[in-house]
Amino acid sequence: MRFLRRSLTVAAKDLRSELRSKEALNASLAFALVILLLFSFAFDPTAETTREISGGLLWLVFAFAGTLILNRSFARELANDCLDALIASPVPPSALFLGKALANLVLLLAVELVSLPVFGVFYNVRWTPYFGPLLGVLVLATWGLAVIGTMFSALTVNLRLRELMLPVLVYPMIIPALMAAMQLTTVLLAGEPVSGDNWLWVRLLVAFDVVFTALALALVETVLLG
Amino acid sequence: MGDAMRRTILYAMTALGALWLARNLYVILLALPDEVAQGAIYRIFFFHLPAWFTCFAAFFAAGLASLLYLIRKSPGYDAFAAAAVEVGVAFTAIGLVTGMVWARIIWGIWWTWDPRLTWAFITLLVYVGYLMLRRAIDEAAERAKNSAVLCIFAFTSVVITYKAIDWWRTQHPGAVLSFRTGGGTIDPAMESMLFQNWFALLLMAAALVLIRMRQERMAREIDGLRRRAHAL
Amino acid sequence: MATLAADDLWKYYGDFPALREVSFSVSGGVCLALLGRNGAGKTTLLRLLAGLARPARGSVTILGRSPREAAARARLGVLGHGIAVYDELSALENLTLFGRLYGLAQPGRAALEWLERIGLAHVRDSLVREFSRGMRQRLALARALLHSPDVLILDEPFTALDDRAVGLIQDLLGQALAAGRTIVMSTHQLREALELATHVALLVRGRLAHFGERTAEMVADPGWLYRRYGEA
Repeated sequence: MRFLRRSLTVAAKDLRSELRSKEALNASLAFALVILLLFSFAFDPTAETTREISGGLLWLVFAFAGTLILNRSFARELANDCLDALIASPVPPSALFLGKALANLVLLLAVELVSLPVFGVFYNVRWTPYFGPLLGVLVLATWGLAVIGTMFSALTVNLRLRELMLPVLVYPMIIPALMAAMQLTTVLLAGEPVSGDNWLWVRLLVAFDVVFTALALALVETVLLG
Repeated sequence: MGDAMRRTILYAMTALGALWLARNLYVILLALPDEVAQGAIYRIFFFHLPAWFTCFAAFFAAGLASLLYLIRKSPGYDAFAAAAVEVGVAFTAIGLVTGMVWARIIWGIWWTWDPRLTWAFITLLVYVGYLMLRRAIDEAAERAKNSAVLCIFAFTSVVITYKAIDWWRTQHPGAVLSFRTGGGTIDPAMESMLFQNWFALLLMAAALVLIRMRQERMAREIDGLRRRAHAL
Repeated sequence: MATLAADDLWKYYGDFPALREVSFSVSGGVCLALLGRNGAGKTTLLRLLAGLARPARGSVTILGRSPREAAARARLGVLGHGIAVYDELSALENLTLFGRLYGLAQPGRAALEWLERIGLAHVRDSLVREFSRGMRQRLALARALLHSPDVLILDEPFTALDDRAVGLIQDLLGQALAAGRTIVMSTHQLREALELATHVALLVRGRLAHFGERTAEMVADPGWLYRRYGEA
């Protein structure tokens, strides 16, 4: 459909822009690596207990490093008033939002998929068994993060304190998704499949994604249009 | 309704609420007997539980007002939403503090990752974010529109978070704050006081919301006058 | 049916009215020069016409539709203060992108054709970041004209341009006019604008003080209109 095609055009544009300079991507990756390093001082990487919180640690890294990418999302449209041109075009604001969220998803996943092996090496965690389900969890939870982050990037785009406000607004709201992701990731990294009670968390992730994607698509036009 | 009459009603509400609370305090602190298992500290319960109900009601009302603002674009809804969130945040803080004090006395620790306390803390952060966003936007219509959207997201989030935390705690059990009285049914005098205090607090909350709305309205007028003065 | 019509437009920033009771209409082949001092509301009015903001009261119609409808936006070309092209993309990439967003059948070919017309074909793969002010403005105009819009809305298109760029833009706009397009253009460059304009409007503190055809007096003495309304 035309809606999807336009979203993909916007997504492609964002990705091309980012890959040209790689500013946000590099900053985010560097930040992720630094946090992994810092965690190694806070938590003994060799201890069995660390294995138990591995999922939690990993998602903390992803959430923190992710805001660097999410912030750029609508902020990159401010130079030269490009946002006005996008809003004035026939592209529906919801398609614009979807395109940006998709681009963010790709960029966030890129950072995560690079951080994962590094994490595996630093903390002696085997992430290859059950990589399929792990990837599924990554995509589901990262989509939740991308939707909320992109939406709030639009909400805060005109603010002076944009970089400060975005994390403050995003983190409390993605807690349910993070909880689910942490729990599922810990289970999968421990070499066990998702089963029984843990399916609850998958359902939560899906519900989170569906509800907030719908809400964002419905409300983004109000936010972008003065 | 003239402004003088509005003001009178507001004073009356506030006075009534304050008096009722004062009377409740007297009864709670002096007239009611000690509870069997917990001793004197259980009296904090009369503020702790109503605080939750009130804050949740306030946030729900704020979410509704935000939705109505987006549909109708009338600034009254925005003022109500802002006021309701502020009052809600205040009551969330009261709920948190009373919960912490109770936990300290009964359990000896200030904080336990009890589902309700955790949820309250997250909710507090979410709505503090809302208040921060409001402060960060100068232009009134922009502020109203964006904070309305945020408020709707916020309420959705606190509902989802509540369920999520519940499930987390069933998998990772920990200390649970419970105000169960020591066996048997609740004393009717206590039950009646619980509801009375809740209504008194609701009355105070409503009065505070209305006062805050007045402030918003006046701030809007001043803002308009200031811009007009600049234009001349 | 008028190509572009504004009916009783009001726009507030907070309580301050930036636009008051603005009404006018223009049809095909009209070039309206919108004049006014800084702060008179020109940019606000243009943003409303372009559908970038919503009026508090009143309506805008473009070819009979609201500018928020996709069908109307497809017939609209907008050039604001910012050039609205991406610094980190090349000239060709920029035009191709907007061609796609506007649903052109062959965006790449249209982009190349326009790059020829504005004399930027030789730098089509260079990043916009490296362009001069004149080159950027030319590219921006190409972006606005790429999809052959029926209505063009331009906010100060001649600002800070050298003679050659100005000449090229005047040529392009003249061609568009000859083809029956409608142009609404705000400007401080009275002479350049008045050469193209068929109609002239003056905004004074948010109100439309004057709206009518361009007269010989205006062309001969560009400041005449301002003086007439005590704005000199």
